[in-house]
This record gives sequence, structure tokens and C-alpha cells, in this order.
Amino acid sequence: MNKSVFLGAMAFAGLAAGVASAGTLDDVKSRGTLNCGVTTGVVGFSAPNAEGVWEGFDVDVCRAVAAAVLGDSTAVEFVPTTPKTRFTALSAGEIDMLSRVTTWTLSRDADLKFTFVGVNYYDGQGFMVPKELGVSSAKELDGATVCIQTGTTTELNLADFFRTNNISYEPVPIETVAEAQQQYLAGACDVFTTDASQLASTRATFETPADHVILSDIISKEPLGPTVRHGDDEWADVVRWSYNTMVAAEELGITSANVGTMSASATDNPEINRLLGHEGNMGEMLGLDPQWAARILSAVGNYGESFERNLGGQSAIGLARGLNALWTEGGLQYSPPVR
Amino acid sequence: MSTLTDPPKESFRLSMLIYDTRYRSATIQAVALIALMLGAAWLINNTLANLNTLGKTISLSYFTETASYDINQRLLDYDSQDTHLRAAFIGLLNTLLVAVMGCITATVVGVLVGVLRLSKNWIVAKVMTVYVEMFRNVPVLLWIVLAMAVLIESLPSPRAFRGENPEATMSLFDSVAITNRGIYIPEALFSNSLGNLSLFGESSMRFDVSLDLIAILVVLIAGFFVSSKIRQRADRIQEETGDRPVVWWQRLAVVLVPFVIVLAVLGFHLGYPELKGFNFKGGTHMRNSLIALWLALSLYTAAFIAEIVRAGILAVSHGQTEAAGALGMRSSRIMSLVVLPQALRVIIPPMISNYLNLTKNSSLAIAVGYMDITGTLGGITMNQTGRELECVVLLMAAYLVISLSISLAMNWYNNRVKLVER
Repeated sequence: MNKSVFLGAMAFAGLAAGVASAGTLDDVKSRGTLNCGVTTGVVGFSAPNAEGVWEGFDVDVCRAVAAAVLGDSTAVEFVPTTPKTRFTALSAGEIDMLSRVTTWTLSRDADLKFTFVGVNYYDGQGFMVPKELGVSSAKELDGATVCIQTGTTTELNLADFFRTNNISYEPVPIETVAEAQQQYLAGACDVFTTDASQLASTRATFETPADHVILSDIISKEPLGPTVRHGDDEWADVVRWSYNTMVAAEELGITSANVGTMSASATDNPEINRLLGHEGNMGEMLGLDPQWAARILSAVGNYGESFERNLGGQSAIGLARGLNALWTEGGLQYSPPVR
Repeated sequence: MSTLTDPPKESFRLSMLIYDTRYRSATIQAVALIALMLGAAWLINNTLANLNTLGKTISLSYFTETASYDINQRLLDYDSQDTHLRAAFIGLLNTLLVAVMGCITATVVGVLVGVLRLSKNWIVAKVMTVYVEMFRNVPVLLWIVLAMAVLIESLPSPRAFRGENPEATMSLFDSVAITNRGIYIPEALFSNSLGNLSLFGESSMRFDVSLDLIAILVVLIAGFFVSSKIRQRADRIQEETGDRPVVWWQRLAVVLVPFVIVLAVLGFHLGYPELKGFNFKGGTHMRNSLIALWLALSLYTAAFIAEIVRAGILAVSHGQTEAAGALGMRSSRIMSLVVLPQALRVIIPPMISNYLNLTKNSSLAIAVGYMDITGTLGGITMNQTGRELECVVLLMAAYLVISLSISLAMNWYNNRVKLVER
């Protein structure tokens, strides 16, 4: 009896170890769905729409990966995470990737053991205040009560900003954007601070967005990007190139409208041919089939299309491309060559 | 002549471990223990193996690193340049603060409601029943969130106090400001302050104790001590002569006069809150996160305590009440002198677990942004350092120590009041 318990325990341990060591790519393929960590609701980046379908700029990255790996951009299980729970969910394997306005920092890379596969949005921390306060610069906020999402880099930037400028503030830690919005609108805090893009997205949901101003001070660099665990480089490559495909496609002029004709027959541009599987074996190198990139582009479109649809002119938020324009147009978005 | 026969020689066979009733239970227990230990070993081994795969090691070195985040409510000095250990310590004090405030309020409200629920007045009894059933049967998290929402949405923001004809004004002769960021009450200030006593130097556990407070406490304790001596003397005189001297004014004087003198010497005055810039400045700021958590936890736990008190009172035989009544006691004195002291014996043991529950429920604080130890050590620190395992284990240890201390104190009290039996 004693022996059998021991053997049972050994077998169980072996089984668990076996599951843990298989690659994430194979896990996702055998499961048939991609578990993607998103926010609990930041309009424009990741939020369920009126029909309950998740949409947004970060959601498109999840859908791109699902389209590339599983051939179905809807085969995604969206897991809402708070700033506090996101890293635990990722390192515990509850989600396969995190696409959730997460800032790339050295300590998250080296100490938390995550791999940031790229930067899909170059952002910075800003402040939103009611217009009636008449504040024009963040340095005038001495003594203000500031609502802040706890467990984020914004919390650390805020402490540094107020300390270096030698002014005081009262932090009100908040778990989700919805609670911050409630406190801010009731006047329980004077200022709401987070990444400028999220401020714009939050303001767009207010009844009277014009009563609130986003100060021009940007106090930090916040490169936001999709994230995977350390130690599975094959999976990191798949996510990285799924995202790079969107950027490369914008540069090459491939859109969701013309990808059908372009992938049907080879064009005279070798780069487009490589991306869409007419030349070389890019898909095979990633462990995917040749049509992977074409599926991404027909599902979510290129980077520019996704931006316009979720954050830009076609959305309620109306953000300008700014730093997130392509490098050819003076921005920072740049995909390494598909070669 | 009787013949002595040797008892048959015991021979031990392995199968006896199962078939012999003398050994069977020991065998089963040993096997179960080994299984339990194997299970635990597997869990620990699995954790270590997984941490190893992720390239993480268990280490507490992060505790000495700079926390770099701010905490709004701090009972001791703290800024973002302090260590994670200091932040955890500040959080621990916040947990203890709300737990102590909550336990006291819950006890007072609970005893009142428990007694009133037995009232012969129909309205009072029914209102108390509704209170108990409402609070007991809704999760405490909802009460916390509701209390916070009511505070935020119904009270005026500091902006409403501004201008020529403000929408809101301060209460109690302009001394208390009730806003949706919390309540600002006057604070005690000393113009001839004795300063602070700094304990533990510059370490993360440094602790400043106000010498003014110590002086006041010493004077008060000495006053109460003398006062009790006067009472004992009065008791003695009453025993000897049958006449009780009138001593209430002496007893009051020995407490109050030195107290007033020490306050005057220290230059005691009140600091009133004033609207400056974005917020009220000066005074003591009770944040609405603390108020919401404190109210919700106390009212929720009070509902349980009320039921325990009611059960305790009903457990005291009705004959006791009648006997006290026959001696000519008034009903309020019967309750406080005869029934409650006996009911206490039934009440205290379940009361311990309610105090423990309240303390542990205070970890829901993050729902309203109250920075308790779950919010600092188990929240921001865990998130910024990525040391989930260490933080959670330490957090569990902290709550375990708090809970065991409460149990220890309450068990000591229980042993003191319980019926001494021969």
C-alpha cells in the first residue's frame, strides 16, 4: 500500500512535469483556443462591445496570433486581468500571452522573467483634471488627490515625479479603471493619472468629455507591448512575428481588402511574396503553415487599419498616430525584415 | 497445587499489523501520515521545480530594496524612498488599526442590538431583527463597497466648500469638515511639546513614540490608581462603621486636576482643518476608505455578535432574573449585574472567532483602496518585485500571528471569567 502511494505520487509528478515542459505553441494547437490576458475593460484597447464580443487594439494582437496559429481569429479565450493579477496569471500559465497595455521595463524583463515581443503602442503617463480647476501644468498639482491604478508603473512614476518636483500629493489607490472613473467623476479625487492613451479612452466614455482636460505634461515613457513567459522562445517568435506582420503589412501596403487578391497569386514584390507564403518557407520556420500571415491580415488588417478602427479617427477616442506612425512617416513603428 | 503455565510465546508476524486489532489503528495512522507527508513533499518539490524552470530563486533580499511607491494613510513616517519592509510594516499597522477599531465598535453595537432584540417593545425588537438578518445575510464585501459608494456619491467634494456662497459648510462650529474624501477632525497639538522618543534608530522598523502622549497616559494612570485607593478606603470605612463617606468629588479631582495641569503645561490646543488649495489641510484626516471599511466590518460583525449575545442571555435561567427581581433590583441592574456576567461565559468563546473573522475580513480593504498589509505587502510590493511566493507566505504568517495573538488574549480572558468549579 505504502509502495503504491509512492508510485502513484511519482507518476502524478511525472505527468505534471510532462505537461509543463511541452511548448506553448503545441499546447495552444492541441487545445484549439488561445488564452489571452486582456484588461477588465479599457475602451479602444480591450473591452467587450454591446454584443459582448471583445474588441480593441490589444485584442487585435490576440486575434492575429489565433489566426496565425489556429486559423481562426475567434478561437480566443479572453481572460480579463487587473494590473495586479496579470503577471501571476501569465507566469502561472493561466494565459498563453498577455496583451494588456503593459509597459516594457528592465525589471519586468529580467526579474519577473517575461519576454516583451515588441511595442505595439508608444505611450507616456499623463494627467486628466476637470476643466473648472483651471490647472494647466502638472507642477501646479501640489496637494492634489490623485486617483491611480495600483500595481502599475504609473504608481512608481507618480511617486518619482512628485518627489523630484518637491510637491506633495495624496494617492488614492484603485483596482480598476471603472472605480477610478467613479471616484474621479464624484470629485473624490482631483486628478486621474494613467497612460495618456487610456486617459483619452476613459474620457471618451464620459457624458461630457469637454469638461475634462488632459494636461500636456507627459512624465514617463510607457512602451506598451504584448508579453509572454521567459523560456519558450519558439512561442515568443510566433507572437512577435504575428505582431510584426501587421506592421510590415502596413509598410508594404497590404490591407484586409487586398490581401485576398495578393495571396491568391504571387506579386512582383519579393517581400510581399515571402510574407504571404509564395516564396521561401517563413511559416514553416515558425512552426506554422505558409498561409499564416494572410490569415492575420484578412482577420484584423494591418497595423494602421487596427489603429484607425480602435483608437484613431474611426473610433470615439480619436487619437492621432503621433509616435505610433510608421518609421517612414516620422514615427517609431518599424518591423524587422521578413527574410 | 496449582500449575503455573507460561503464557504462549508472542510471535510477531508482519500480517499482524493489519489483522491484529492491537496494531491495526497504529498501522493505519502511520500509513496516513506517510501519505500526508508524501503529498506535502510532492507539492513543495513541484513548487521548487517550477520556480527553477522559471529561473526564480526564493530570496527575501527584495525586502531591503526601495519600495518607490507612496502610501496615503501612514501611522508612522514613510516615503517612497523607504524599503519594502517598511511599507509592509506601515500596512500591518493599518490592518491593526482597522481591526482594533472594528472589534471595539462591533462589540458595542453587537451587545446593544443583542439586548434590544430581546426587548418587549415590539418595534425595537423587530427593527433589530431586520438589522441582524440584513447584515448577516449579505456578503461583507458588498457592504464595504456600498459604504464607500455612499460616502463618495452623497458627501460634498472639497470643491463645494469654496467660494462666497459655498454649497457645503463645515459642521460643529467650523471644526469638522465632512467631505467625500473623508472626514477632517481637529487634531491635538502641543506648543511646548516634549518631542518624540525614537525607537529602533533608522531601521525599517523605526517607531516614534510621542513623549506628550506618554506623559498624559502616566498622569491618567496614576490618577486612576489613586482614585481606586480612595474607593478602597471608602469601602473599608463602610465595612467598619456602616456609613459610606462621600468621595466621588475626591475621586474625580485626583484624575481630572493633574490631567488638566499636564495639558496646560504642554500647551495643548486644537488644530482645525482649513481649505487650502485642492484639499483641507491641518486636522486629522480620516479617509473615507478607512471609514467605509470600519463601518462595514463593524456593522457586519455586530450582527453576528448580537446573535451570540442574545443566545448568551437566553442561556441564563429565567429563575435568576426572577430571583434578582425578588430582591428588589431594577431591570437595568438585573441585566448588568446578574444576567450579563453569567451570559459572558457563554458569549466569549464564539466571540473570539468573530474577532478573528473581522480581522481576516479586513483584507478586503483593497476593494476601497485602503492600504492594509494585503494592499502593501500582498499587493504593490508583490506586483513590483514579482516575489509572489515569498510575499504570500509572509502575508499568511502575518495574519497567523495576529490571529493567534487575539486568540491567546481572549482565551486568557475566558479563563478568568469562566465558572470556577470544584
